[in-house]
Amino acid sequence: MKKIKNRDFNFIVGLILAMIVIIPALIGTVWTPYDTEAMNSSLKLAGSSLSHPFGCDNFGRDILSRIMSGSSTTLLIGIGTVFIGAVAGTLIGALTGYYGGLVDDIFMRFNDVMFSFPSLLLALVFVAVMGSGRIQLLLALGLAFIPSYVRIVRAEYVRARNLDYVKSAKLAGASDMRVMFVHILPNILKVLMNSILIGFNNAVLAEAGLSFLGIGVQPPAASLGRMLADSQTYLFNRPGIAIAPGLTLIIMVLGISLVGKSKTITEI
Amino acid sequence: MTGIVKKIFSSILTILVVACLVFLAFAVIPGDPAVAKLGTQATPDKLAALRHQMGLDIPVMKRFLVWIAGVIKGDFGTSYSYSMPVTKLIADKLPVTVILTVYSFVIMTALSIFTAILAARRENSVMDRVIQIVTQMIMSIPPFFGGIVITLVFGLTLKLFMPGGYVSYGNNLPRFLGYMFWPALAIALPKSAMAFSLLYTGLVTERKKDYARTAFSRGNSTKDVFYKHLLRNACIPVVTFFGMALADMIAGSIVIEQVFGIPGLGRILLTSIQNRDYPVVEAIIVCIAILVTVSNLLVDILYRVIDPRTAISE
Amino acid sequence: MLLHVEDLNIEFHDHIIPETVVYDFDLDMEEGEIVGLVGESGSGKSMSALAIAGLLSRHDAKKRGSIVFEGIDILNCPRETLRGLQGDEISMIFQEPMTSLNPVKKIGWQVEEAMRIHRQATPEQRKARAIEVLTHVDLPDPERVYNSYPHQLSGGMRQRVMIAAAMINTPKLLIADEPTTALDVTVQAEIVKLLKRINKQHKTAILFISHDLSLIRQLCQRVLVMKGGYVVESGPVEEIFESPKEEYTRHLIESIPKVEL
Repeated sequence: MKKIKNRDFNFIVGLILAMIVIIPALIGTVWTPYDTEAMNSSLKLAGSSLSHPFGCDNFGRDILSRIMSGSSTTLLIGIGTVFIGAVAGTLIGALTGYYGGLVDDIFMRFNDVMFSFPSLLLALVFVAVMGSGRIQLLLALGLAFIPSYVRIVRAEYVRARNLDYVKSAKLAGASDMRVMFVHILPNILKVLMNSILIGFNNAVLAEAGLSFLGIGVQPPAASLGRMLADSQTYLFNRPGIAIAPGLTLIIMVLGISLVGKSKTITEI
Repeated sequence: MTGIVKKIFSSILTILVVACLVFLAFAVIPGDPAVAKLGTQATPDKLAALRHQMGLDIPVMKRFLVWIAGVIKGDFGTSYSYSMPVTKLIADKLPVTVILTVYSFVIMTALSIFTAILAARRENSVMDRVIQIVTQMIMSIPPFFGGIVITLVFGLTLKLFMPGGYVSYGNNLPRFLGYMFWPALAIALPKSAMAFSLLYTGLVTERKKDYARTAFSRGNSTKDVFYKHLLRNACIPVVTFFGMALADMIAGSIVIEQVFGIPGLGRILLTSIQNRDYPVVEAIIVCIAILVTVSNLLVDILYRVIDPRTAISE
Repeated sequence: MLLHVEDLNIEFHDHIIPETVVYDFDLDMEEGEIVGLVGESGSGKSMSALAIAGLLSRHDAKKRGSIVFEGIDILNCPRETLRGLQGDEISMIFQEPMTSLNPVKKIGWQVEEAMRIHRQATPEQRKARAIEVLTHVDLPDPERVYNSYPHQLSGGMRQRVMIAAAMINTPKLLIADEPTTALDVTVQAEIVKLLKRINKQHKTAILFISHDLSLIRQLCQRVLVMKGGYVVESGPVEEIFESPKEEYTRHLIESIPKVEL
């Protein structure tokens, strides 16, 4: 991944699209044009204007500010989810795949059951158990995404276990831990990278879904899913309230998935 | 055949394990359902009485055994907040979610097969490329936003259906199906786009194989070659995706019910989570587990039907 | 005259530079005749055969000249007319019996296909006819074969199935594109014998393509020798064997292993 592959259309377009959302989201973590939670009854459902480019919602809150802050929350939760899922998944997958045996068998049975459930539903169950809130949401999503990483990483380790470079590393006296994380891990990064990007998208969509259902990010904090849910009442008069957060989501997801598909990523 | 029997057996086991985990998870978490129902100002006496009534004063293990015995008989206990049997509470909501899921699956299958063949028949044409770009975009639409856009465009603007005008299937089946088409479409669209790209790749690969040439040599039209010969072969590697999509659509249904005001499992699940009405939540999760397991089982059978080589080599 | 090919040139456009693979190909075939087409791989023999069978897709390959089958211009007739001939009047069998059958369809379905497309018949009539042709190509237990899938049959059996499927409508022309190359020697000889019998019984003309001159000698009356897209020599088989005019033909004859089957 040292440089962008020649004329990699998917990567460039994907990156531009993702940046359209990610840069304002990053700014949104420290600064937004207006206070995201400040209500102003005179601006209730105001249309777009110079001072409020995307207009205002039913409480007179600036939509652009709320999108910036909401997508930064989404972004952080997405990154956090992928981090929890990938780190825990890689650890479990590496250990079970490398050692095999009965523990591996039992673990995999369990993992396959978890994996067969849609991650949104798993997260929903975890939220039901742990209660809602940002930290709980992050944990719930992270847990829900572990099985998919375990699956991918374990398969790679099972395959690598019998390869020559692993055997020779063992003969040279490398410890199991060293073989697992110094020798094998770098070789599966390519596979992992791709599933991290896909996983990020799924996490973003799951977060938006849970917040849409009202059990994710809690009001008055801004979140894209919640904004979409609230917009439904005013859909006919002010479709913009729904379109703006919706498009933000689509652009981000589309951008990341294009990057994930691009030659630059898949042919490291 | 023994393979299928084994699968059925392990499916039942899976459901039981899920049921146990769910019950234990809700039993050990902090938070008192009695407090949730009466509020924090309730007197200790009242709370104790309610706990007794809810059966919360019985030890967890005993409660668990009673519950699991009930589940096997189809009895999920009594709802805390509705004070009625859970089974009765969800009996008429479960079919709505199941129908919506199946409906979405049918739309996804039909739409993806039709467009994949349309594009693959004219590989590299302008239409093929347009379809490719459009599907890439559709893939990124989350179902609940798709539902909002569909409501806006087809409901409010074109007036093809009345948003919120849900009719129960018992009252008027044709109108029910007419209304359910739109939420089903919202769930199906992104999945169709993914199924499209998998099917398309499969069809283009199969088109280059020798048996496709044989089919042409017998006087088949291009359309017949695709539908009668290539399609089934192209489906074999996509079946796994179809299975996962079906499971995902159950989740999609629960979300999309909120957009279209459909009284399925979704709404009652959400209110029960918020009210800490655990018997209801547990029952719905077990129902979903059953749905997911059954759909996995169906996909497994489908796989054997589509590809005779797996059925024999067993 | 059954088939008249004149001045056939085939050009491919799937790369940046157009590539001509067949030049000035001429061929006349009478009813019931067996003609051999011999040459190394890449000599253009398979391309010519596919063009005659109407199987070169119209936008990949550019074809000049004419192919006239029973008065119908294969290169310029409407698609429906061409499809009407394929599998009915003209049938084709291919080199790879392992991959030329659809892996997910039963043999019976595939054998009956051309009949289903071109003839009006009840399912019972179709099945009776399919069993008949399967028996005719010496397949043991045709009823079982009828209900089998391709992966349950050996290579030799699959090629017999291909022949049965090609013969179901008793076509006037059977194009056999290296039908024995992928099979072992004893099976090769049986397939050649079978083709000979089919030719005798049904007066089906056969265009037999091979890189193996010894097989051509066993089966054909006339032979065309191709090299680099050109027909370099043609005439009755015995004549070519006794006095080959071209160095290339002599080379092909010399390379036949001197073991009689």
